[in-house]
Amino acid sequence: MGLRSYLDSIEHHFARGGRFERWFALYEATDTFLYRPASVTRTTAHVRDGIDLKRMMILVWFATFPAMFFGMWNVGFQANTAYAAQPELLASATDWHLAIIRLLAGFDPGSLWDNLFHGAVYFVPIYLVTFAVGGFWEVLFAMVRGHEVNEGFFVTSVLFALILPPTIPLWQVALGISFGVVIAKEVFGGTGKNFLNPALAGRAFLFFAYPAQISGDAVWTAVDGFTGATPLAQAAQEGIGQLAENGLTWCDAFIGIMPGSVGETGTLAILLGGAVLLLTRIAAWRIVAGIFLGMSVLSLLFNLIGSATNPMFAVPWYWHLVLGGFAFGAFFMATDPVSAAMTDTGKWIFGVLVGVMVILIRVVNPAFPEGMMLAILFGNLCAPLIDHFVVAANIKRRMARHVQQ
Amino acid sequence: MAKQASAREVLLNPVFNNNPIALQILGICSALAVTSNLDTALVMAIALTSVTAFSNLFIAMIRRQIPASIRMIVQMVIIASLVIVVDQILRAYAFTLAKQLSVFVGLIITNCIVMGRAEAFAMQNPPWASFLDGIGNGLGYSAMLLALGVVRELFGAGKLFGHEILPLVQDGGWYQPNGLLLLPPSAFFLIGLFIWALRMWKKGQQEPATFRLAPQVKEEDNGWKEA
Repeated sequence: MGLRSYLDSIEHHFARGGRFERWFALYEATDTFLYRPASVTRTTAHVRDGIDLKRMMILVWFATFPAMFFGMWNVGFQANTAYAAQPELLASATDWHLAIIRLLAGFDPGSLWDNLFHGAVYFVPIYLVTFAVGGFWEVLFAMVRGHEVNEGFFVTSVLFALILPPTIPLWQVALGISFGVVIAKEVFGGTGKNFLNPALAGRAFLFFAYPAQISGDAVWTAVDGFTGATPLAQAAQEGIGQLAENGLTWCDAFIGIMPGSVGETGTLAILLGGAVLLLTRIAAWRIVAGIFLGMSVLSLLFNLIGSATNPMFAVPWYWHLVLGGFAFGAFFMATDPVSAAMTDTGKWIFGVLVGVMVILIRVVNPAFPEGMMLAILFGNLCAPLIDHFVVAANIKRRMARHVQQ
Repeated sequence: MAKQASAREVLLNPVFNNNPIALQILGICSALAVTSNLDTALVMAIALTSVTAFSNLFIAMIRRQIPASIRMIVQMVIIASLVIVVDQILRAYAFTLAKQLSVFVGLIITNCIVMGRAEAFAMQNPPWASFLDGIGNGLGYSAMLLALGVVRELFGAGKLFGHEILPLVQDGGWYQPNGLLLLPPSAFFLIGLFIWALRMWKKGQQEPATFRLAPQVKEEDNGWKEA
């Protein structure tokens, strides 16, 4: 317990009136990161479980691990496959990532280690920059406002890093997470008071500010000079049937062996993490179910209507599920307890709204092949309104029960 | 507004102390639409300043003759005439800019700043003071527009007044332009950030909190607030 007693021995410097009072946020963050907080609830609360914000956030963080590790493997696999097919790209590449990869791994698409390490060399810097820059803003605001650093940022940072393409320049990562943390969260008062998902807001900022690095055909595979559209973009161009001819089966897409943002391709891995979230009741099952319902019903409807000019009309629901960021958004983004609807009925409405919007954007909007980000942000905007009407309806119903004779 | 405000106060107060955009939150629509480059922002700023100044002047001149029941219509007639004059001058001498500004010159008629100053100031004050008040509010609007224009054009296109400042990547330079800044919503974020900065500087402009969260735990001996 050397560390514990050391932390206790310096605690009084950070308490109110101490020498380093301004740095209390950092001290508290280190302490609660290492140890269970000593504080206990002193009011009359009905505690059924000790699941506080910290435990909840760490669980979400762990739940992203399957998607994260699969994503890293997939980034490496996609890149190594491209290098194997076009060895001249590897010879001409001068990227600093490759120098690191050459130190410890090769470029064999059949080797688990080569692929995983390759992906890690791309993903880990993105995550580190996200964590450092976003963490800087968190600590700064916590210090100025005099409260603790919140564990919520663990989740925001990993989610933000996972929804970026592997080739994104690191300075854009820094800019994006700064926007997400400051504009989407801290200006409204910090964790718990934001009405948008900060990770998605940061990505939306990058999407509109620097579209060349986060959309199009050249960014999804971590190989310089290699262009390969995401399957969703291919489906929008040539129809879903073309995917099979290009060698992508539904099973591949379900497992996630296709180009895309780091963490969004592996639907199977996402379902694993998502199952943990649902079982521990951190993610609201009503939201997830609502999204699947809205998505399936509307895509079936579009299948029935059909269109001669727009191949997206013919994409069946089970393909929508595995393409793009649908699964990741449904389990990890839309279920953010702060920015989603809070009431039970509201969660259903919120979920269906997001599911419907994502299909509308994917199918009908010609400008964006992917719609999950914008659909969830749209749902976030509507969530307070949905809750308001649900609560108002409940009040009205109960008032009617007690009508004066 | 103090009754006996000096000419200097009338002229300069709206720039920082009572900025029409930052404090009164008026005229946002045009501030979003015309500030993607400095040329249009400057022309719009001049156009609005002159319309506000002269409409204030003329309305103040006849303020005792205007029947209260139709004062809005009289004010609108004066403002609309001035806007038509400004629009015609722009078309005659700066046609390409007038094209870029499109409907937003015409929409000065509905700009809340012009109507607001006519109603709130020119109807109660003598012509000279009203004229200065119009110029002052125009300056407040202009200051915000130019600040927005500088940020949006410099970081959105690497230019100022169309001259290259930051060489762009696609022209062989190093600066990657931020496309979001060329879209109108970016002005919302920027105005918000400006208001934030201004209210940090001038604390008197901060609004009182409408509610306060109750502490979840009683604050006790150790003095820490637990979240």
